[in-house]
Amino acid sequence: MLTLENTRIDLGDFQLAANFGIPKDARIAVLGPSGAGKSTLLAAIAGFQPMAQGQVLWQGDAMPPTPAARPISMVFQDNNLFPHLTVTQNVGLGLRPDLKLSPDEKTRVEQALARVGLTGMGDRKPAQLSGGQIARVALARVLLRDRPLLLLDEPFGALGPALKAEMLALVAELLDETGATLLMVSHDPQDAREICDQVVLVAEGTAQAPVATGEIFANPPVVLREYLGG
Amino acid sequence: MKKTSLVAGALLIAGAAHAETPVLQVYAPDYFASEWGPGPGIEKGFEAQCNCDLQFVTGDVLPRLLLEGERTEADVVIGLNTDVTARARASGLFAPHGQNTADLTMPIDWNDDTFLPFNYSYTAFIYDNTKLEAAPTSFDALLSLPDDIKIVIQDPRASISGQALMLWVKAIYGEKAPEAWDKLAPKVLTVTKGWSESYGMFTDGEADMVLSYITSPAYHIIAEEDMTKSAAIFDEGHYFFVELAGKIAGTDQPELADAFMNYVLSEEFQAAIPTSNWSFPAKLADDKLPEGFGKLAVPAKALFFSEDEAEALRKPALDEWLAASWK
Amino acid sequence: MARRFVEINRTTTLGTLALGVVVCLTLGTLLVVALRAELGAAPDSGATLGLIPRDWAAIRFTLWQAALSALFSVLLAIPVARALARRRFKGRGVLITLLGVPFILPVIVAIFGLISVFGRKGLVSQGLMALGFEPISIYGYHGVILAHVFFNLPLATRLILQGWLSIPAERFRLAASLGMGSRDIARTLERPMLREVIPGAFLVIFLICLSSFAVALALGGGPRATTVELAIYEAFRFDFDLGRAAKLALVQFAMGAAAATIALRVAIPQDTGTGLDRAVTRWDSTPMQRGLDVISISFAALFLVLPLSMILMNGVPGLASLPGDVWWAALRSISVALGSAALTLALALPIAAYAVRRGSRLIEGVGYLTIAASPLVIGTGLFIVIFPFMRPSDLALPVTALVNAAMSLPFALRIIAPAMAQVERNYGPLADGLGLVGVTRLRLIWLPRLRRQIGFSLGLAAALSMGDLGVIAMFANPEIATLPLQLYRLMSAYRMADAAAAAVLLLGLSLLLFWIFDRGGRADADT
Repeated sequence: MLTLENTRIDLGDFQLAANFGIPKDARIAVLGPSGAGKSTLLAAIAGFQPMAQGQVLWQGDAMPPTPAARPISMVFQDNNLFPHLTVTQNVGLGLRPDLKLSPDEKTRVEQALARVGLTGMGDRKPAQLSGGQIARVALARVLLRDRPLLLLDEPFGALGPALKAEMLALVAELLDETGATLLMVSHDPQDAREICDQVVLVAEGTAQAPVATGEIFANPPVVLREYLGG
Repeated sequence: MKKTSLVAGALLIAGAAHAETPVLQVYAPDYFASEWGPGPGIEKGFEAQCNCDLQFVTGDVLPRLLLEGERTEADVVIGLNTDVTARARASGLFAPHGQNTADLTMPIDWNDDTFLPFNYSYTAFIYDNTKLEAAPTSFDALLSLPDDIKIVIQDPRASISGQALMLWVKAIYGEKAPEAWDKLAPKVLTVTKGWSESYGMFTDGEADMVLSYITSPAYHIIAEEDMTKSAAIFDEGHYFFVELAGKIAGTDQPELADAFMNYVLSEEFQAAIPTSNWSFPAKLADDKLPEGFGKLAVPAKALFFSEDEAEALRKPALDEWLAASWK
Repeated sequence: MARRFVEINRTTTLGTLALGVVVCLTLGTLLVVALRAELGAAPDSGATLGLIPRDWAAIRFTLWQAALSALFSVLLAIPVARALARRRFKGRGVLITLLGVPFILPVIVAIFGLISVFGRKGLVSQGLMALGFEPISIYGYHGVILAHVFFNLPLATRLILQGWLSIPAERFRLAASLGMGSRDIARTLERPMLREVIPGAFLVIFLICLSSFAVALALGGGPRATTVELAIYEAFRFDFDLGRAAKLALVQFAMGAAAATIALRVAIPQDTGTGLDRAVTRWDSTPMQRGLDVISISFAALFLVLPLSMILMNGVPGLASLPGDVWWAALRSISVALGSAALTLALALPIAAYAVRRGSRLIEGVGYLTIAASPLVIGTGLFIVIFPFMRPSDLALPVTALVNAAMSLPFALRIIAPAMAQVERNYGPLADGLGLVGVTRLRLIWLPRLRRQIGFSLGLAAALSMGDLGVIAMFANPEIATLPLQLYRLMSAYRMADAAAAAVLLLGLSLLLFWIFDRGGRADADT
C-alpha cells in the first residue's frame, strides 16, 4: 500500500496537493493536462522532489530519504541508459551499482535480457539500439531491481503506436510476474485503458484519489473531458 | 677473510662518520649556488677540508632570513651586499666574522667586522664594441648620447643591480639626480624585473647597452672567446658593488661557521670566484687573476656609500627615479 | 520538514574540504603574511588606508591595462572566430590547436618570442626599415597590451568560436531558405549570440590580466607600467613591508571579486576544448567576406606562429648541448606537472560536484579565488607556516605542485562544472534512483561522461604547471630545480644560448603534456 499523506509540493507559483492511498498490486494511470504536475507527482514519490508538507508512506512506514533506498524502480522519459556503458552494464546496475558482478549475477543479467527479447545484445552500446530496444533494456533493469513499486514517466512517448502497444504488453507481463504496483504517467488515455485498472487525475493543483478506469472514462470530470477533447 | 673484515670495518667507519657528519647550512642567492655559479666548487673545496656536509639553501637571502628570525637554521649567509646590510645588521642575527680584513685586495678599505667581502665589481654599462663606435667615457656623455641609442636597465624595486644604478646616479649627481634621470629616460628601452631579462635583451641585439657589471665582458672573453663586449668606463667613477658573507650568531655549528669564514678568504675560494661568479675576488693578488680579467678596463675611481648612507638614500632615491620615469 | 533534494554527505564533505584548501591557500596565506607584518617598516607619510600614492597609481594602471587588454583581445577575436566558424581549409584543425599554445607559454619565453618579432631589431621593424619606414617600438603601454593580446586573443577566439558553433545549423538553413543576406544573419543570429558570449569572454581575460607582472615590467618601458602584483613585489622585496604587501594582495582580491560579481551576472562562456573541429555551412558567402576571412585568419596565424617560430629558431640549435642538469630539471618538472594535474582534478571535481549539487555559483566562485591571488604572497604565507615545522626545501616540489594546481583550478573548474551540471541534469535522477553514489558515481558516470573535459583540464593544468616558475624559487635548494627555475639560473649565469634551448625544451614538453592528456580525453569517447 502506497500512501500520500497530506502531501503538498510547493514550486513557487505551482502547487500540488495529494492525499490518498494506492492498494498493492494496483495499476494506476496518471492522467491530466500538460503542466498539471504528473511528472512532479512521480518525482515526489520517488524522492527526487522535496515536499513542503506531508509524507509518502509505504506499507504504513515513511519512505527513506534517498531515492535508491526506496522500494521503487523508475523509468524516465529519456536518459534511462548511460550512453558510455554497454547494455549488460546498464542492466547490471540494477543488481549492483558498483558493477562488480559475480558470475551468477552476470547470468541473471543475461536471463533478464533474454526475457525482454534482447538475447545476444549485451555488448552493444545504447547508440547502437533502436528506441524500442532502449526501452526494453530499461525494463530488463526494472526486472532485476525487483522493487515492489514501478514508476513509469511516459517512457514510451516517443515510440510509434504498434511499438508502444508491444511495450505496454511487455510491462503488463512483467507486472504479472513480479506482482509490482504500477504508477504510469501518460498523455494517451488509450494507454490507461490498455493496462491500467485505475486512474489518478492530476489537474488544478490536486492529484485526485484513484478511480476505476472504466468508471472515469464513462463519466469523465470536466477537466478530463476538456483534456480528452470533443 | 681478512679482506672481508677490512671492508666491513671500512663500512662501519664510513657509517659512523656519516651519522656524525655535521651539516653547515649556507644561505645563498639562487645564481650563487646554481650548477653554473661558484656554489658547487666551493662546496667541494670546503667539504674536502672540514669533514662536514655543506648544504646550500637558495632564495631571496635577506627576506628569508628576516622571515625566519631567531629560529633560522642558517649557519652562514653568503651573497648579501652593502645596500641591504643595514637591515641585515639591524636584525641582530649576525655575529662578528673574526677575519682580518686589513690585507684585502679591494680598492676601498674595509673595517666592518660583521660582514665579510668575498668579491666585488662595479656597476657599468656594457656595449658591443663592434656596433657602438664612440662609447661614452663619462656618465655625462652617456646622458648626452642620441636618444636612439637604447639602454636596458633593471627596476630598483625588484633587482639589486637596479638599486645599485640608483645609488650610482645619486653618488655622481647628488641633488641633480632627477635631471640626470630626465636625460636618461628617453634612452631607456625598458626596465626589467631582473638582470637576466635585461642581459638577454642586450645579447639578442635588442638593446645597445645594458646595465650590468664591469666584469661582465670577462665571461664573454673567457667562456666564449668573444671580445666584442666591453664595459663603458666613466670618468666620474663607478658604483662599487661588493658581495658579503656573514656568520649567524645563533649557529649550532660555530666552529664550522668560523672555518667557512676563514675559507672564504682562502686562495682556493678566491681563485674560483673570477670564472664562476664573474667578479673580482676580494683577496687575491693581481697576478693570480685569470688572463681574461687582465683585459678588463678598471675605473679610476670607486664610488661607494656606506650602508647607513645607502639605507638613508634608498627611499628618496627611489622616489626620484620613479618621479622622473613617470613623466 | 522539506528536504533539499538528495543529501549526499560525501559530496558536501569533499567539496568543503577542497574549498577549504583553496581558501587556506589564498586568503589564509594572506592572513599569515599580514600577521607577520609586525616585522615591517613604518608606513610612509602620505599613506591612505596604509597604501602609498604609488600603490593607488598601480591599482589604476592594473585596472586600465586589464580592461584594454581584454577589450582588444575580444574585439580582434570576433572576426577571427567568425572566419574560423565559416571557413573550411587545410590546417584549420592545426591552427585551432595552435590557438591553445600562447595560453600555456611561460611568460619569459613568450616575451623573448614577441621581442624577436615586434622588438627594435625584430622581424617587423627590419621589414619596415627595408622598405624605408620607421621601425616600431614594442615598449610602453601598447607593448604590455600587445603581449596580453598575444596571450589572450587565442583564448577569446576559442570562446567566441564556441558561441558561433553553438548556433544550430538548422538556423543557418532556415536563414538561407528565407533568403537572408549576411547582414540579416548578423542581426538575427550572430549579434544575439555575441551579446551573450562577449561580456563573459571579456571578464575572463580581464581577470587573467589583473595579476600580470612580468609582462608589464619587461615591456612596459618603465615604472609607469607598475601593476599591483609588482607593487606587492616592491613592498616585499624593497621595503620588506609585509603589511603593505598583504594589503595590496587584498586589493587584488577585491578587484577580482568585484569583476567576478559582475561575471556571475553575465553568462560566462566556457571553453570545453571540444567540438571546434567543424565549420558551419553557410549560404551567404560573398567575395568580400571571403577576402576578409582570409585576412583575419592569416593575421591571427602570423601573430601566433611568428613568435613561436622565433623561439624555436633561437633555441633548437642549442638543444643537443644542453647541460645534463637541465634534463634532470625537465624530468622533475614533468613529475611536478603530473602531480599538479592530479591535484587540480582532486580539487576541481569535488568543488564542481558540490557547486552543481547545491546549484550554487558562490561555491564555484570561491574556486576562482586563485585567479586573483599573488603567487608571492601564497609562497611567503606557506613559507611562514611550514618553516617552524620542517625544512621548506623538503617540501619544495609538493608545495610547487599544490600551488600550481591552485592556479590552474579556475580554468579546470570552468571547463568541468558546466559539463558536470549537464551530466547531472541528464543522468542525475537515474543515478540517484539506482544508488550510484560516491566513488561508484565517479567511476561509472563522471569519469566516462566528463572524459573530454577532464582530459582537457589535466592537459591545461600540466602544461601551466610545467611553464610556471610558481613558488619553487622560495623553497628550492640547488639540487631541486624545476625547468623554469633552471632557465632563470642559466640566464643569470650568462648562458643565454642554453637558456634559449631550455625554453624550447620547456615549450615542447608543455605542449606534449597538454597534447597527451587532451588526446587521452578524446580517444574513443562515446557520445
